[in-house]
Amino acid sequence: MTMPDLQGVWVAKIAARTMAALCLATALAAAPAFAAEAKPAATVVIDNFSFSPAQLSVAAGSTVTWENHDDMPHTIVNDATPREFKSAPLDSGEHFSQTFAKPGTYKYFCSIHPHMTGTIVVK
Amino acid sequence: MPDLDKKILSPEPLTEHGARRRTALTCMAWAGAGMLWTLNGGVPGSKLMGGTAQAAQTDRHAFSFVQISDSHIGFSKDPNLDPASTLQEAVDKIRTSPEKPGFIIHTGDISHLSKPGEFDTATQIVQSAGLDVHYVPGEHDVLVDDGGSYFERFAKPSDPKWYSFDQGGVHFIGLTNVLDLRGGGLGFLGDEQLAWLKQDLHARTSSTPIVVFAHIPLWSLYPQWGWGTDDSAQALSLMKRFGSVTVLNGHVHQVAQKVEGEINFYSALSTAFPQPAPGTAAGPGPMKVPADTLRKMLGVRSVNYVPGEADLAIVDTRLSV
Repeated sequence: MTMPDLQGVWVAKIAARTMAALCLATALAAAPAFAAEAKPAATVVIDNFSFSPAQLSVAAGSTVTWENHDDMPHTIVNDATPREFKSAPLDSGEHFSQTFAKPGTYKYFCSIHPHMTGTIVVK
Repeated sequence: MPDLDKKILSPEPLTEHGARRRTALTCMAWAGAGMLWTLNGGVPGSKLMGGTAQAAQTDRHAFSFVQISDSHIGFSKDPNLDPASTLQEAVDKIRTSPEKPGFIIHTGDISHLSKPGEFDTATQIVQSAGLDVHYVPGEHDVLVDDGGSYFERFAKPSDPKWYSFDQGGVHFIGLTNVLDLRGGGLGFLGDEQLAWLKQDLHARTSSTPIVVFAHIPLWSLYPQWGWGTDDSAQALSLMKRFGSVTVLNGHVHQVAQKVEGEINFYSALSTAFPQPAPGTAAGPGPMKVPADTLRKMLGVRSVNYVPGEADLAIVDTRLSV
């Protein structure tokens, strides 16, 4: 049977993560504000000339990573003045990360294919 | 998708005139890989490069030029690992054509990632035709530094980002609609360019044949994929008084056309890879066609001008049949 094995793998992974988290917590015990929770992260995938999910909500302090799965280059550019973030052109397989410290609504688009748009809501 | 309406599935109903021309082009496709545009009396007409069929009646004042587009040097994925070789094949078609064109226009996406080496490779290949070349940028040519690496290389000091020139009684205008693009928008010309265009056209008589070339379509070909230009209507309104206007673009990697009053619009083939017809795929990325099909979907275009005729003759010739 494969199920028990799979479960075993998952349990092992969870255990490893828990250990890692414990180690991190121990290491950062002197700085509880940081240790309270690991920095959250989220991913936006670019596929077929669109951002997915097109709208994403994250907690303040989160890092959002865009991954380009298309055969064509794309960019991630904040649609605001002044611009809070702008990526270099991402070729296929490349990624770009941005950490959002402040709550707010951040619209963005691909400056190469501007019909591609998305929004990050930071709470 | 709910917004895939009838318009998307049938994006641009052709006029009778356009439909006839498309049929003619289809019939001509056997002849080779290039299309020679001749301007005859202000009306573009076309004939096949390297073909013997349907040789247009031309007089000594007729001339032709060639359009190549979307060479994407630097792209190296399915369906084309070496777009330099297919660009070379396209240029060889031009170079060996029995009828020598007056010049070449390249309607953008010369490079894939705006890299100096990509521009170098492309220009070396295109220059092997031994003809003057007039370039306009595609969005892939202005990926970094607001297009600085493109304009340093291709723009003339007097014509920094857009330009016009006259040849054989025809007024040619090269426009840039890939800069300063707006979120949620399409191609963009901008007020500065529109003001320049107004002034440039002001000095021309209405009987002057006009040929406009730009990368992104100046007509609403398929806005859902970004195939249009936000402020193109303002540019086209400046051209309405002219009896012959031909608008040539790239960007969509396929032949498409539309006639609107006296204005004829034509989208060209790429020399690198085909893209799907509007709305027929999840997105406008490269079509992963088999190797033996690729060259049937790439090509160049020739345009023939014959003084006294309002339509330029346009022929798209494919790299293989």
